[in-house]
Amino acid sequence: MDRFSWSDGHLATHEVFVTQQSGVKLYDGEDKTNFNNGTIVLSSHNLMWRDHVDQKCVISLSLAQVVFLEESSSGLGRSAKIIVHLSAPPSTKVPGPVSSSQNNYIRLSFTDGGQVEFFRCFTEELARRRWEHTPTLQPLTAGRAQSGTQPRRAGIVGIERKIQQKHETTDKNISVAFEDLSKLMVKAKEMVSLSKTIANKITDKQGAISEDETVKFKSYLLSMGIPDPVTRETHGTGDGYYRELAKQLSHNLEQQLKDCGGMMTLSDVYCRTNRARGMELLSPEDLINACNLLEELKLPIRFRVFDSGVMVLHLLSHSEAEVINQTTQFVEENTKLTAEELAQLVGVSVVLAKERLLSSEKAGKLCRDETVEALRFYPNLFLTKT
Amino acid sequence: MIIKFSALPDFLKMATEFEWPWQYNFPPFFTLQPNMSTQAKQIEGWTNLVLSYCRHSKLYTLDVNEAHSSQLFHNKSIERKLSIEAIYIILEELRKKGNLEWSDKGRKQCLVMWRTPEEWGKLIYLWASNNGMTNSVCTLYELSNGDDTVKEEFHGLETWLLKRALQTLVSQRKAELISFDGNDGVKFF
Repeated sequence: MDRFSWSDGHLATHEVFVTQQSGVKLYDGEDKTNFNNGTIVLSSHNLMWRDHVDQKCVISLSLAQVVFLEESSSGLGRSAKIIVHLSAPPSTKVPGPVSSSQNNYIRLSFTDGGQVEFFRCFTEELARRRWEHTPTLQPLTAGRAQSGTQPRRAGIVGIERKIQQKHETTDKNISVAFEDLSKLMVKAKEMVSLSKTIANKITDKQGAISEDETVKFKSYLLSMGIPDPVTRETHGTGDGYYRELAKQLSHNLEQQLKDCGGMMTLSDVYCRTNRARGMELLSPEDLINACNLLEELKLPIRFRVFDSGVMVLHLLSHSEAEVINQTTQFVEENTKLTAEELAQLVGVSVVLAKERLLSSEKAGKLCRDETVEALRFYPNLFLTKT
Repeated sequence: MIIKFSALPDFLKMATEFEWPWQYNFPPFFTLQPNMSTQAKQIEGWTNLVLSYCRHSKLYTLDVNEAHSSQLFHNKSIERKLSIEAIYIILEELRKKGNLEWSDKGRKQCLVMWRTPEEWGKLIYLWASNNGMTNSVCTLYELSNGDDTVKEEFHGLETWLLKRALQTLVSQRKAELISFDGNDGVKFF
């Protein structure tokens, strides 16, 4: 923690902004610090932390001091963390918030998620070592810090040390990479068993369901898969996450909506989306929040709540007036219809068929006949016949 | 000899058989419509039906519960019955138009006036002036049940309504109500 120094929060001329994430707590080793709620900013040269409340409270750490990173995933009641191992403090360091510390590492705790993305950027940035390329115009702190981290030792000892350090970092890099790979293997195992059970189910049912249906089912599976689901871990919390989710929803549902008559209930959407996402399940709130952004993002599908409270997604091109006309025409042709009958005729769900009938009634095109057995709709002769 | 109903001459048929409007055989007519503009049309259809039905069967009072199960609100051929709530909406609408009055606070019974007292008053006064009855006195019984008025529409009008009709004439100073020997009479001006 003592490697940090106060900063004005501005980027230097050659410094490039990389990424940032809010809701980050700093730990000095295992100990809590006063820096418990802020935004972490990663630039090409520095790691900066800005307090949420007191915006002037900014501390920064030169990337040159970072030796390597470690990831610690979240658990029950514990947020995900990135452990940043640091080299020894340079002797010429400007004073910072903590004068001395026993720990050679700090931990960044991500209370609002987004650590996966941040970790990726961070490792990339460390690998690029951009802070080394502009030594002349570096800010004072970064410049000093650099001279501290890579002490120029003369002779063979220096060279040997350097080589050893390099070895160490590559070693760690490799182990981190393999860790990811092993995680992938575990997931792959699950995926394989899942696909096996599905395949088994299909072959088992071969007798019961027709060949056509099997083909259809398979094509559904193919059409529904979302290869790279938007998750809180990759996109953090709040608007950004919902925006990405809304875009993905729109992308995945557009064709499906076209296939089923331009409208789908939100419960259907929820089931289909979660089935397609596999492991990364969505909560209903997330879905609704994303749906609320569809219009703002000018996406081709829209969210709508009927008077009855039924929520649907529909295509932008799906025109209400046309549906009402079509529904009225169906009723006129059959003299009277229930929601179930209309659902069969048009090929939509009963809930949606009922909504169509109700909105046509609202437009004055239909009238109802309510009996114990059913709710039937007739052409509105009250208004048309005199 | 049995005469088939269809063999009756047209004018007799008209007199005995009530001609139901088209709505009476339209099932949605018996469900209160939630769409307000549709409902307005529906209620209008009902008020017209109630009045013409009462007029046809010379009904002056209506018991809500009785009416509920009568053929007026219950079409047995299509098995549809209007709900009691809807009946009250229709009756209230009639009340607003001046065609109906509740005879009790519990709104169980009502007086139906398929012509408002004013309209009756006009008809009676027209008859009186056409028959030279102005400036002469006649009893109320003569008006509603006398031989002179058999062909008039107000023949058989119930006394309470007749009195109400004459009251409107009184307030217009076209008539005066007189009472003698327990009999009520009226003098037209």
